[in-house]
Amino acid sequence: MLKDVTLGQYFPGKSVIHRLDPRTKLLVLIGYIVALFLAVSWASYGVVFVFLAGSIAISGIPVKSFFKGMKPLIFILVFTGILNLFFTQGETVLVHFWKITITLEGVIRAFFMIFRILLLITGTFLLTYTTSPIALTDGLESLLSPLKKIKLPVHELSMMMCIALRFIPTLIEETDKIMSAQKARGADFESGKLMQRVRALVPILVPLFISAFRRADELATAMECRCYQGGDGRTKMKLLHMRSWDYYSFLAGAVVIAAVCVLRSFGL
Amino acid sequence: MAPFLEVKNLTQKYSAGTPFEHTALDDVSFTLDRGEFIGVIGHTGSGKSTLMQHLNGLLKPDSGSVLLDGTDIWQDKKTTRQTRFRVGLVFQYPEYQLFEETVYKDIAFGPKNMGLDAAEIDRRVREATAAVGLDDALLTVSPFDLSGGQKRRVAIAGVLAMEPELLILDEPTAGLDPAGREEILSYIDGYRKAKHATIMMVSHSMGDVARMADRLIVMNRARIAFDAAPEQVFRHADELIKMGLDIPVLTRVFMKLKELGLPVEPVYTEKQAVAALCALRGGSADA
Repeated sequence: MLKDVTLGQYFPGKSVIHRLDPRTKLLVLIGYIVALFLAVSWASYGVVFVFLAGSIAISGIPVKSFFKGMKPLIFILVFTGILNLFFTQGETVLVHFWKITITLEGVIRAFFMIFRILLLITGTFLLTYTTSPIALTDGLESLLSPLKKIKLPVHELSMMMCIALRFIPTLIEETDKIMSAQKARGADFESGKLMQRVRALVPILVPLFISAFRRADELATAMECRCYQGGDGRTKMKLLHMRSWDYYSFLAGAVVIAAVCVLRSFGL
Repeated sequence: MAPFLEVKNLTQKYSAGTPFEHTALDDVSFTLDRGEFIGVIGHTGSGKSTLMQHLNGLLKPDSGSVLLDGTDIWQDKKTTRQTRFRVGLVFQYPEYQLFEETVYKDIAFGPKNMGLDAAEIDRRVREATAAVGLDDALLTVSPFDLSGGQKRRVAIAGVLAMEPELLILDEPTAGLDPAGREEILSYIDGYRKAKHATIMMVSHSMGDVARMADRLIVMNRARIAFDAAPEQVFRHADELIKMGLDIPVLTRVFMKLKELGLPVEPVYTEKQAVAALCALRGGSADA
């Protein structure tokens, strides 16, 4: 049951998008988000949508998996939609009922807001679906490295993120195992009042914490044994390389932003 | 009369309907009698662990059923819960599930969940502690201050205290030294004799299962490959090796002896080996 969590899962593949430099993907994603927030009309949303749809098609990731990842976010989407629907002032009143007024402007706005969030989430999903966590942190470290000048421990931060990401599946598996073991001893997680349910978590949390600390300790020892001592003078096994496809991607991203800006300047 | 436990056409698929779909159990059927000692062998991913979790209702079958004394364990919620108490499950490395402040409280966790009164819980905790050879003085100690072997015994005692009629253990001796292994195995056998309980032990150590079990179930690719007495199973040594399984060292030695032309049949316990060798010497002395 816990294993079904797909949010931000990596789908290995060999498409052009998969093979792009993680820095490229991060930067283009940022550009894409900027374009998305600049977009105000059907036409500009269309440009952004075509860009995203094209990228998904190239990546070869089944569209179904995007919908699957969207499930936990349905509430936010519906909530945003309703807020915009009811609280947008406008001229063309469609429905007037008691204290509630729905205007045409509200409907359009709600639709745009939902569409914007959907595009935003799908875009970020595409990044995490096509980039392994290791590559992602590598890219992030490289992009943030100028901040080392102001004494920000960039390497340490990215190493921490990398380790945290690496251990999520392990901890989920461990939780599953401990839950089964306690259930076999008659623990009951599904019934009872709130306090009873909270108390029922103790037999899971205590062993989970202990094993997390044990793992952390073992990992620290293993890293020390291999002479790990932070980022100074450390080389990479996989060097990040910009290839021609990366430059094409930047170009495509720039075109999208430019198109949205031009459309905006025409008031579209 | 219905058998003690009956597994009928049990099938379990994981991630059904996705590209990751795989069958963990494929049409598995067998029965267990009271007092039997069954060894379950099979290489990693053959479906052993899934099978174990089905027997006490931790997993719900996709199709097929598990009957305990003739009653489907999924008949209703109460029956499923009751099954968890009648079928004790000791997972691999059970010491990682300890969580209470004292050994006593941890062993009492199961019986407490059963809703027993304090006196009965106390009796069971003390009996289980003795059954795994732990000293009463340890009951007030935190389980996290114990050695690895002691933790393992506390965890096993936690299941024994529920006094299950069927005790299932997943590799109870993994990671222990030889003396520790022997002790754990003898406590398991002791429990079986004291309570006339059925034992099902998953193990990778062929020597252990061959010696302890009176019946072996061999799992291969989600199916039961063999279900017979050890001597019959180990007769299929070649097939076992093909499944990626080991056979007891003694059996291997005797197979080699036979190959070299000595008139011996493969054996799998030390007793049989001694008998066979004595017979061989007696025979050659006559000639």
